[in-house]
Amino acid sequence: MAEFLAQYVPSWLAYTAVGLVQAALCLVVALASAAVFIWLERKVSARIQDRLGPTRVGGRFGWLQPPADGIKLLCKEDIIPAAADAPLYRIAPYISFCAVFAVFLALPFASGWVALDLNAGAFFVLAVAGLEVFGVILGGYASGSKWSLYGAMRAAAQVISYEIPLALCVVVPVLITGSMNLVEIGDSQKGWFTSWYLFHDPFTFVTFWVYVTCVTASTNRAPFDLPEAESELVAGFLTEYSGWRWVVFFMAEYAAMFVVSGFGAVLFLGGWNGPIPLASLLGLTPENHAILGWLGNLLGMANFITKAVLGVVFMIWLRWTLPRLRIDQVMTTCLKYCVPIASAMLAGVMIWTYLFPKGVIDGVRHSAPVVQQASAQPQSGDHR
Amino acid sequence: MNPLVAPIGLSHYLVVGSILFVCGVLCMATKRNVLGVLMGIELVLNGANLNFIAFGSPMLRADQSNSIGLDGQMIALFVIVLAAAEAAVALAIALNYYHTHATVDVDQANELKG
Amino acid sequence: MDAINWHSFFFLMCALVACTFAIAVVIASNIVRMACYLVISLAAVAGLFFLAGADFLGAAQLMVYVGGTMVLLVFGVMLTARGPFVSMKTGPAQWLVALMAAGALLFVLVQASFSIPAWAGPLASQPQPATLPATAEQLGYGLLGVRADQLDQRDAVARGGLSGYLLPFEIISVHLVVVLVGAAYLARAKRRVTKLSTNTAGSHKP
Repeated sequence: MAEFLAQYVPSWLAYTAVGLVQAALCLVVALASAAVFIWLERKVSARIQDRLGPTRVGGRFGWLQPPADGIKLLCKEDIIPAAADAPLYRIAPYISFCAVFAVFLALPFASGWVALDLNAGAFFVLAVAGLEVFGVILGGYASGSKWSLYGAMRAAAQVISYEIPLALCVVVPVLITGSMNLVEIGDSQKGWFTSWYLFHDPFTFVTFWVYVTCVTASTNRAPFDLPEAESELVAGFLTEYSGWRWVVFFMAEYAAMFVVSGFGAVLFLGGWNGPIPLASLLGLTPENHAILGWLGNLLGMANFITKAVLGVVFMIWLRWTLPRLRIDQVMTTCLKYCVPIASAMLAGVMIWTYLFPKGVIDGVRHSAPVVQQASAQPQSGDHR
Repeated sequence: MNPLVAPIGLSHYLVVGSILFVCGVLCMATKRNVLGVLMGIELVLNGANLNFIAFGSPMLRADQSNSIGLDGQMIALFVIVLAAAEAAVALAIALNYYHTHATVDVDQANELKG
Repeated sequence: MDAINWHSFFFLMCALVACTFAIAVVIASNIVRMACYLVISLAAVAGLFFLAGADFLGAAQLMVYVGGTMVLLVFGVMLTARGPFVSMKTGPAQWLVALMAAGALLFVLVQASFSIPAWAGPLASQPQPATLPATAEQLGYGLLGVRADQLDQRDAVARGGLSGYLLPFEIISVHLVVVLVGAAYLARAKRRVTKLSTNTAGSHKP
């Protein structure tokens, strides 16, 4: 892209322009996902509670509700408490949002469609997504309020603890693929849904659900929304925030939901490789024609975004179904259940990939003679 | 020389590393707070790490044969791990000290003084 | 203006951020602000790692330092802070001595880093690699005891020194476990033995 542009304009301009366009695309996806998910949260929660949710704003379905919310919040006064540490209080929401936005740079939307094709992509996503909590801690601390401080402490304890099982879960697909490059991980699950890592073996299936638990906790979503528990802490770290800064915190949270769902989709649900390999069935592969390959990628992107949105809907569903845990229960869930289970699954996957290096179906067929041989040998020993 | 056009070399990385190092030393020397001293140590370690990475980098000098290659990254990796371990232990000690003395001022920690 | 060296451009950006916030850490007296500046400085250093071709190390820096250690540090700050915003001042005399020593040290170091002409950088005409070799895999092999980047080393004496890092890796793993247990033991909540618990504990000594 940049090389193509560089034929017509100075190369520094071409590279800057292409970089800005890619960054803007990621930003648009981040902001749009936040807006859509706020609307979705209202509708889904309303359905679960037997209500209708927003219906009037913007005609049907209340689809203009997020902009209306945004305008309402923008018009609110931006209050900085007298006891607050003003500069930190000001920048805290942006730290959160920047961390989440940086993940979008490394998140592939289709095969090869990624702003930053990092070799250590999975590791990078884990590292940067963990930074979101730093804004939460800073905001909670700098507010100069006891409620906020409690929220911040809870966020710190919770998110750091859950990073351990989360990392153990992410290692599993990395282990199977043999690469930390997210594009490679996605591409290695090509084909029908049976090649998804979710269905790779029983251990990965369990790992996926541990992953779901951990990301729900690390994005501070119910039932793990202790940092902003309304019934205990007013609004936790958000207590003193209002207006635009509050909006930024919320956009960070919703964008983070999209990020972890997309990340999970790439790791376990085949990313852009659908339950049915539509693109290759229709012949939309780059081998046939470059434009056909591009169309196939577009289909893959739609597939990926659908999976990510479904993941977010699942998280919303969880939020409005399950009651909030106590803080000690949250820590118990992490340290006594998630970490041991994730470790055991990691060990299990290691053994499984060693025994069946070609996956379950091919693997059993492939290793069947080996098993027969192995069982035949002791028998022959007995005969002697 | 226009810094935007000339290629960056090893020396530039070393200068950044030495600035970080000196800031860390200053931090360790002037802060009265245990945690401030700890932050100084982190800065010093990062300055050193930057040097390791720069010496192992494949593109910062004209003659590549003297590059320490992967060893630089390997040592930097060990430094990062050790720094994390060191921070954990130091924090635990600081917390313990705070429990018994209700302060984290390093000047107050003089009970073992002869 | 036509040929901006992007490596230089981003290097200058990251280096400026790293140095500015490192100096801010020294100047700031509020401990939480110091931690915040330190995070930004370390994140910029991670950017420098990426620029120098160490992508895995950059991500590790973000994860371990910026993510783990710093949150830990902030945690410690909050646990040990008595006032709402703790700050500790340093006397001007101490500042003077420290600055003089630091200035001398900086002078020596900068002098040293510019003193060797071979370190000045690649020639402007020298072609730069368009993509850098992936380091994560080689690092992994290195930790397992195989130097994947030195397989073509023909010198037998040199090859003896390139035996990989399996032993240090094992030692550091054990070290980490020890540190984990030790830190948890040191920082554990100390509960007073109440009458109730001594009664129920039976013959156990407090």
